[in-house]
Amino acid sequence: MSAAYIEATSLAVRLASRQVLREVTFTLPRGQFVALVGPNGAGKTTLLRALSRLIASEGTVRIDGTPLAALDVRERARRFAYLPQGHVVHWPLPARDIVALGRYPHGAVDPARLPDKDAAVVVRAMAAADVAMFAERPVTELSGGERGRVALARVLAVEAPVILADEPTAALDPRYQIEVMTVLRRVADAGTLVVVVTHDLGLAARFADHVLVLDGGRLVAQGPPEAALSDAILADVFRVRAYRAEHGGARVIVPWLELP
Amino acid sequence: MSHAPVRRRRAALVALSLVVAALALASLGIGPVRLSPLEIATALFGAGDEITQIIVRDIRLPRTVLALAVGGILGVSGAALQGLLRNPLASPSLFGAPQAAALGAVLVIDAGAADVRSWLLPAAAIAMAFVSVFALLAVAGRNAGLLILILAGLAISSLAGALTALAMNLSSNPFASLEVAFWLLGSLEDRSVRHVALALPFIAAGAVVLMSRRSAFRVLSLGEEAAESLGVDVGRLRLLVIMGVALGVGGAVAVTGTIAFIGLVAPHLMRPLVGHDPGRLLGPSALAGAALLAAADIAVRLIPSATNIKVGVLTAIIGVPFFLYLIVRERRALGGGVA
Repeated sequence: MSAAYIEATSLAVRLASRQVLREVTFTLPRGQFVALVGPNGAGKTTLLRALSRLIASEGTVRIDGTPLAALDVRERARRFAYLPQGHVVHWPLPARDIVALGRYPHGAVDPARLPDKDAAVVVRAMAAADVAMFAERPVTELSGGERGRVALARVLAVEAPVILADEPTAALDPRYQIEVMTVLRRVADAGTLVVVVTHDLGLAARFADHVLVLDGGRLVAQGPPEAALSDAILADVFRVRAYRAEHGGARVIVPWLELP
Repeated sequence: MSHAPVRRRRAALVALSLVVAALALASLGIGPVRLSPLEIATALFGAGDEITQIIVRDIRLPRTVLALAVGGILGVSGAALQGLLRNPLASPSLFGAPQAAALGAVLVIDAGAADVRSWLLPAAAIAMAFVSVFALLAVAGRNAGLLILILAGLAISSLAGALTALAMNLSSNPFASLEVAFWLLGSLEDRSVRHVALALPFIAAGAVVLMSRRSAFRVLSLGEEAAESLGVDVGRLRLLVIMGVALGVGGAVAVTGTIAFIGLVAPHLMRPLVGHDPGRLLGPSALAGAALLAAADIAVRLIPSATNIKVGVLTAIIGVPFFLYLIVRERRALGGGVA
């Protein structure tokens, strides 16, 4: 394992007098694909928000040795690309302009006057997420799945060393679920730390190098998929038993039976 | 890449600027004494007939400048609020800002603390406008839906209206009350250079504050959370928008009374021409607002009537049906599941 890039120590978050996260500690290196899993309400989204300091938390997060608290909003925005759930866009802007907003933290604030360097990044990001053909179409006219990929392209365009994606495959059909995970896998292989919240244990097992399992705001397991998604943990955390197999050298996990 | 929209937008802006210039010229020329563009130009440069000079420079120029500036700031404020709240029905008047500003001004007048040209008047109007928009956003909370915003706006403008009525009710001088009542209707009539000097600095300050945030409105298209993650300090942005709107609208109301619905209508007229990008809507909305108010102020001078129609009355009569039309359109959009 290479050197830690993100170090979270004793993270805790209280929201409206409810302890949503407690004592969460982990380190993650660059170039890893991390799946963050857990039942509904386990605190997955809260953990992503706390990691990028969108909400206040106790404990410390260091990125490349620097405490997050020492970064201003712009610097933080250049290090963490955050993809929220839902892929909301409130105005019918062309897809290209949405993707170009990924260059905002780099000072390219106007999609109509992007410096060449930023315009090239936008083109690359749109190609990677397979949305180049939508460039001039208003996003509000796209299907949910198409919007999801535009949102992914926007996140790629930040070219941040860390991508935090909250359920990027929700609302996508199976083909694009695989495509989105493949894109993120490729980005991770190129050196980015990718953290993906997902409910799909099968996708997690197949694509992730490392799995964080949250339950009731605590980190109850972490490690490579085979260890972190063991029968004992699936039973304990998710109350399911999984069908397991191997296919072409890859792990297959399919939640199969509900446990009493 | 998107050169075609850019060119189209530029053409729209040029055309709009010409419309505003033509309306300004008409506004200088129309009145009991009709003046030709040549006479106006001569008078503006301090030459020609002395009476014409007085009419143009002392009577009609302040009125015209105020129409353009007040209309402009109302347009910018509407576009900024719509951008901040990501909601096409947001506007200063629906949020009670002009009504609250008027309350501030009425309280100052009633207290006898100031004549109508004192700095206290805009200061009170700005303070009350700030309180009203701040209260509205506090009541509505983050990510508030259309309904909550409109209801909260209705409550706040009703409260401001009721308190204004109370102040007039309790006033010891019925003639002063009557004057205030007429002033509340909103008018640009008989405004002098001193009125312009009173309002313009605040309007300009408000416009600068709002315009400086325009790229943040574009990022907000992605929602508050994504905008925060891209480096927009949304809490600070809200405060700046409230400040900008309060400065602009408060400064405007202090000299013109309440002029409503320009802020709602102007951005809507511009979207088909320049697109929906909230970061690109502020300048065009300023031009559209200026054109709308200048046109309305020309119209009240042309409509034959025994007493002068107040321009605020006219903008409301045109604006409210437009508002109803927008509600119907939004209803369809919501019903169609686009929300």
